[in-house]
Amino acid sequence: MSILTDELRALIGTEVAPFEFEISRNDIRKYAVATGQRQQRYLNGDEAPLLFLFSAMMPVIPLSELLPDGRQPDSPLIPELPLKRIMAGGSEYRVHGRILPGQVLVCRQKLSDLYEKQGGSGPLIFMVFENRFETRDGEPVVTEYLTRIAR
Amino acid sequence: MSRLSIAIGDTLETRRFEADSVQLFLYNAAIWNPHRIHYDLPYTQQAEGHPQLLIDGPLQGDWLTQMVEEWLGEHGVLASFTYSNRLAAYLGDVLTGAGQVTECDEQGATLSLTLNNQNDKTTTVATARVRFQARA
Repeated sequence: MSILTDELRALIGTEVAPFEFEISRNDIRKYAVATGQRQQRYLNGDEAPLLFLFSAMMPVIPLSELLPDGRQPDSPLIPELPLKRIMAGGSEYRVHGRILPGQVLVCRQKLSDLYEKQGGSGPLIFMVFENRFETRDGEPVVTEYLTRIAR
Repeated sequence: MSRLSIAIGDTLETRRFEADSVQLFLYNAAIWNPHRIHYDLPYTQQAEGHPQLLIDGPLQGDWLTQMVEEWLGEHGVLASFTYSNRLAAYLGDVLTGAGQVTECDEQGATLSLTLNNQNDKTTTVATARVRFQARA
């Protein structure tokens, strides 16, 4: 029996308001040092490594709004599911262009899929979120498909 | 490296990653990640039941992209990258990155990558597709 109801499946395609993210040379340089990067173009901040974009997904909110474990509250795109334990499931990035200092990227987030599988210790629900990074002119830069698993 | 010399089965030079607490702090500051499991050891052990501070999953993904780009040099660009964390990695773990070419044609190559800990358990797996072209 499916644990994904029609109501839950109807949430596929839900989007949240896009947000903008300014790429700064100094932030790239800090990220490059912190990750042990060895490529000079990243250490100089001339270009950002792909996974620098992970920092774009971290909302900057007041300290008083952080959860007891320190985290920012979860994305409003995560639906209320019958399974409550949420785990990381991995990311797929499709690269369309370079990430450069001075760019202002627009990130458009969508719940792009919900599906279930039977795991070894019970049912699992897979949530796939599409994070589309593009320039203000609409040129795609990177599209990420982020999977999270509820069990 | 010439693209003509690339063949299925070629392996990347392995690289060792051993994050210390300073690197873990700087990484989480750089990505603005306030999750206590990366800097608050008593919380991590008592509330979340981990033996040590955790090395971020995306940091491990980044390390594997570094290996691909160092191998590729100026001969191409990363076209896609998929990674998944399979096992927790902890401060003090010694992670070894390895990679192998699994597909190769005129346009590009596909690589399969892993990070294994000192017990030879895989913490992260990844697949990268590179496209051969001169870097702009």
